[in-house]
Amino acid sequence: MSSFNAKKVFFSGNEALAQGAYEAGVKVAAAYPGTPSTEILQAISRFNEIDSQWSVNEKVAFEVALGAAIGGARALYASKHVGINVAMDPMMTSAYTGINAGFVIVCCDDPGLHSSQNEQDNRILAQAAKIPLLEPSSAQEAYFFVQEAFRLSEEFDTPVFLRMTTRICHAKEDILIDKRKEVLAKSFNMDVAKYVMVPGNAYRRHIVLEQRLEELKKFSNASSLNVVEMKDTKIGVITNGSAYLYVKEMMPQMSILKLGMSFPFPDDVVKTFASKVEKVLVIEELDSFIEDKVKALGIPCTGKDRSFCIGELRPEHIPLIIEGKTREPEVFAGRKPSLCPGCGHRMVFNVLKELQVTVSGDIGCYTLGVLPPFSSIHTCVCMGAGITMFEGLRRAQNNNVVGVIGDSTFVHSGITGLINAAYNKMTGVIIVLDNSITAMTGGQPHPGVGLTLKGEKTKTLSLEKIVQASGADHVDVMDPALMNDFKKLLKKRMRQKKLSVIIARRPCKLLMDKQKKTKL
Amino acid sequence: MTSNVQNNTNIIFYGIGGQGVLKASEACSVAALVAGYRVKKTEIHGMSQRGGSVESSVRFGKDVISPLIPKGEADFMICLHPEEHKNPEGLLRAQGIDLIAYTHKAYEVLADNKIFVNSFLLGVLSGYLMMSEDHWIKALKNVFGEKRQKENLTFFKEGRAWAKRL
Repeated sequence: MSSFNAKKVFFSGNEALAQGAYEAGVKVAAAYPGTPSTEILQAISRFNEIDSQWSVNEKVAFEVALGAAIGGARALYASKHVGINVAMDPMMTSAYTGINAGFVIVCCDDPGLHSSQNEQDNRILAQAAKIPLLEPSSAQEAYFFVQEAFRLSEEFDTPVFLRMTTRICHAKEDILIDKRKEVLAKSFNMDVAKYVMVPGNAYRRHIVLEQRLEELKKFSNASSLNVVEMKDTKIGVITNGSAYLYVKEMMPQMSILKLGMSFPFPDDVVKTFASKVEKVLVIEELDSFIEDKVKALGIPCTGKDRSFCIGELRPEHIPLIIEGKTREPEVFAGRKPSLCPGCGHRMVFNVLKELQVTVSGDIGCYTLGVLPPFSSIHTCVCMGAGITMFEGLRRAQNNNVVGVIGDSTFVHSGITGLINAAYNKMTGVIIVLDNSITAMTGGQPHPGVGLTLKGEKTKTLSLEKIVQASGADHVDVMDPALMNDFKKLLKKRMRQKKLSVIIARRPCKLLMDKQKKTKL
Repeated sequence: MTSNVQNNTNIIFYGIGGQGVLKASEACSVAALVAGYRVKKTEIHGMSQRGGSVESSVRFGKDVISPLIPKGEADFMICLHPEEHKNPEGLLRAQGIDLIAYTHKAYEVLADNKIFVNSFLLGVLSGYLMMSEDHWIKALKNVFGEKRQKENLTFFKEGRAWAKRL
């Protein structure tokens, strides 16, 4: 990059990535909020040159971005790790169709479960989808890697998977940035054999995909994304992401091979590095992705004890891993989050506790209903399951089961579950806790709010109308702060052998105020 | 205070959601940037806004590698809430300075103005660090903005006057 335009800023990994994407000429960006990825689209939304949106869910976001890329505009998708699960359907086949203009999939893993329901390592999903995988280790690298990802995407006609982790997303550093380099939109060619994935076409595209992986392996072996830092040759460490920084800090004397592109795996680079050192160690956060590949090459190496696959890696773990020690389970001693004092929806959990019902819960603020004093959430697995697992629980034990789900989550993936329950003659009560915002991630609008990511007014989805159209027998809207009325209504609906949805409506005051402030 | 490999100064801030822990670490970072250091800062978002524990660390020096402070390497520990006082994961080095006495002082001095506890403690911290008062004031103006700027600067200066006295 030219130092002429360079400007120094203090950016988080997410802000740096957004800036890099902006400079790479991105035209369309889509995402659903989720910690630690949310700030990427928030930062992108400030650029007028980029058409950006909060999508209804990750599958929708992925398809909008993929469509834009195939349509000729550089496009970006971003989500947290579990969001990729929702987007897996289009992702797996996007490797077959390839792209037209550059397409980058940004995935933010959450080692240590700072704000997630699991700590899955999504590197393996990039490999399963046969999509090249880039892994920055810092904000400065996120800024560069996303630009390289767009170049790579167009050179090889493939989506590129850019994997971040919480410590990279939310660590800030001083970095140098530049100006946007406008990229001309490409034309869309009606190439049915490439873009219509019926079996015959898809078979031929699979051949193209496998050939592409061969070419990408050559690229990976020659790429400056994979860096060797030779020092003492007794021990050589192969590492990636933020683990690289911890190794460099704690073991400054050791030689390092830092993998910025670990799929397709740079076999030759790894073999050459291994031949120059006496002993090879692999240090990586979460699963043994790199370690397994090094071993598959027949190179003797030492990884970490399985106990280190659990939780976030920290600098002081590096010497312990090298000594072959195990990691002690963590004690979570910090002050736990809670439903905000004054949140009207607390009453719902008071009532549920009093009625001693089984509660099928969902993701978001309302998951906090699991904590004392409420202790009234009994299952919580993923977005939308508040309704679908309610149905399953009802089918298994047919006793007092209530499903609860937030408004943003309901729009994300609750509606399909409600249609399913109605279609399959389920009865019982589902409560949509409507605080009229995506609250847990800091207050993003969704279709029920009537505002877009950029704060513009738009059509407002009526929850009561869509609930009715989905086939609910009763739709009630009530302020949950009216606790006694709410309890009466809930008890009445639970007695009836009907499918009822109660929309407990009370906007999140905290976030509505905040949003007004930032928009004006 | 800077005996670790990279000669970094390592500071850990913690407290609970809503106290301005992240604002404090941001202002400290900007002061170090204005003074010409390289800076890395980490923070944990997400559930913290629901009143949970918040922790943020700042490292600065000629160069910084890991944004996370290794265990036992923190030079300063700044706790914004007396009830949260602990030694998070044994981060503070043996000769490190725990500013908790100043937190108690801040609560006493500020009385009903507890929202300025972060500015007061930044003032105390500034008394221990190399950056000039000018660097800090630039940083405070940059991070806290116009709103209540006068009060923030007043309580910063009050904290600065207390530094090294407890």
